[in-house]
Amino acid sequence: MSTSRSDDGTLVVRLEGSWSVEAGIPSADPMIREISTPPPPACIAFDASALEDWDSSLLAFARQLGDAAGARGVKVDPSGLPAGARRLINLAAAVPERADARKKTRRDRPLARLGDGALSFFETTGGLVRFIGMVFLSFLRLLVGRARVRGRDFWLFVQDAGADALPIVSLISFLIGVILAFIGALQLRQFGALVWTANIVAIGMVRYLGPMMAAIIMAGRTGAAYAAQLGTMTVNEEIDALRTLGISPIDFLVLPRILALILMLPLLTLYADFVGMLGGAVIGTLAFGLGAQEYMSQTQSILTMKDFLSGLNMAASYGVLIAIAGCFQGMSSGRSAAAVGEATTKAVVMGIVLIVLATAFWTVLYDILGI
Amino acid sequence: MTSSASSPNHIVVRDLTLAYGETVIQRDVRFEVPRGRIFVIMGGSGCGKSTLLRAMIGLLEPAGGEVLYDGTSFWGADPAERESMTRHFGISYQSGALWSSMTLAENVSLPLEEYTALDGDEIARIASLKLALMGLAGFEEYYPAEISGGMRKRAALARATALDPEILFFDEPSAGLDPISSERLDELILELRDSMGMTIVVVTHELASIFTIADDSILLDAQSKTMIARGKPSDLLEGSSDPRVVEFLSRGRKGGGAELGPRGDGTAEG
Repeated sequence: MSTSRSDDGTLVVRLEGSWSVEAGIPSADPMIREISTPPPPACIAFDASALEDWDSSLLAFARQLGDAAGARGVKVDPSGLPAGARRLINLAAAVPERADARKKTRRDRPLARLGDGALSFFETTGGLVRFIGMVFLSFLRLLVGRARVRGRDFWLFVQDAGADALPIVSLISFLIGVILAFIGALQLRQFGALVWTANIVAIGMVRYLGPMMAAIIMAGRTGAAYAAQLGTMTVNEEIDALRTLGISPIDFLVLPRILALILMLPLLTLYADFVGMLGGAVIGTLAFGLGAQEYMSQTQSILTMKDFLSGLNMAASYGVLIAIAGCFQGMSSGRSAAAVGEATTKAVVMGIVLIVLATAFWTVLYDILGI
Repeated sequence: MTSSASSPNHIVVRDLTLAYGETVIQRDVRFEVPRGRIFVIMGGSGCGKSTLLRAMIGLLEPAGGEVLYDGTSFWGADPAERESMTRHFGISYQSGALWSSMTLAENVSLPLEEYTALDGDEIARIASLKLALMGLAGFEEYYPAEISGGMRKRAALARATALDPEILFFDEPSAGLDPISSERLDELILELRDSMGMTIVVVTHELASIFTIADDSILLDAQSKTMIARGKPSDLLEGSSDPRVVEFLSRGRKGGGAELGPRGDGTAEG
């Protein structure tokens, strides 16, 4: 490629050889420098007589040069370009879509963003409260036999939130039991109170860690799944289809999910409690030389029904919260794949935050009540 | 449903303004649809056709104006009344919107279970009949994910007609369908009007469908945010002096052939 100036002040760009995107796009900078240095050319023309082959690289080059020339008030005469390239450049230069076709993405100042954030927080909280109200009404309708819940769906959710979750709950609770026993044993051994390891594991699992770990697993597993399912149904207009048919999506979709989780989370918790204690017993007997019999009787002596019930009560409350977080985020999802992903993320985060808040609430309440 | 004798028009849309928040999508939309006619809402992508439909079926409250069915204001009615009005609608959504966790038969059965006193066996028979009418005999136990796009559209139509609605709403019937599937769908729409006397409202930008099925139509424009034409599409093409209308309706007729324009792309049938 070379340039020359004709007598009448026209800058002629001579295009040579074969142009291809793979070989890279030649820089238009030398020509731009040339038109920037006074005196500027009257016009830019092209000479393609030595051009063998061309593709988008030529278009990109000509466009860059054309834009630069236009900005400096230099005219461009495209008649020397191959006819096909000329047509494509014209096409690219055609009037773009309506300027307001794109949704506005504003970049606000920090204070405005803080305000927007606060408003959207209150909006979400208001929405959540409304949603809980609707779920409660739907539950009342179910009690008087007027809600439309499909039995088969309910049992599928029960299976999903129950039996299907057993492997992961087993693994996590066993390891939690192992960790508790290890930490406890290492400390208690210094006081010659090794057998009390069983107490730490039993109380720890049954009262707090059993329900909490099961709940966190279910928030990541089932809460996220609920949000994704309902979000996708929103995208596919399936929820609209229910609404226009006069069937409450809360009755039909949300209630069975919530009920399944309320039912299954306490059962999973009970299971997690025992697997956790098993993990503790394995470490206590194999790693620290406690007798199996000794470990078991120590566990039995410390646990009361009250411990189990307080844990199960917490688990049932977590079940409600996780299902509500998942369903609420799914139902308020936007209508795109990205929005469903966002709803799923929010469901897990909201679920875990609610679990922690609820734990704090129950802990204080149990303390006041002396449970 | 109440008698239609009091009002000659089945649907009246009066000065409807549609908005999302403060963004106005369309304003001053007005038209009437007599009973048993096919009315097409036309317009380019993003002009607010589907939004208008959402306002007509109760999914989006309009910012102004009203929609009347048999002379009764839809948005002026209380929610319970509105629900009983929507019971006479059949709606076929752009994506089909079949409930993915249910078989085709269950999809069609649900409205019947909800609103009729029929027993399980009778419901199954009607569901099977509706599917057969749409050319889906034998597909009762299939899930929506197991059938093609064209079949899904027809299954959605089977569900929409389950309760023998008085008005059938159709959002982009030919979106994502090949020419043959969408032609079959057009034939079905005409058949439903002729044999069952349904009033049908179709939202579409597919010219081939528009010229085949429309008894009457409006054309919405995104730029001016209002309707720019009203009438039977073929009359509009010949008689309109508005270049936007002629351009919209003649897209497929340019370049020599009197043939209609290309139809939607997308998945093949079967």
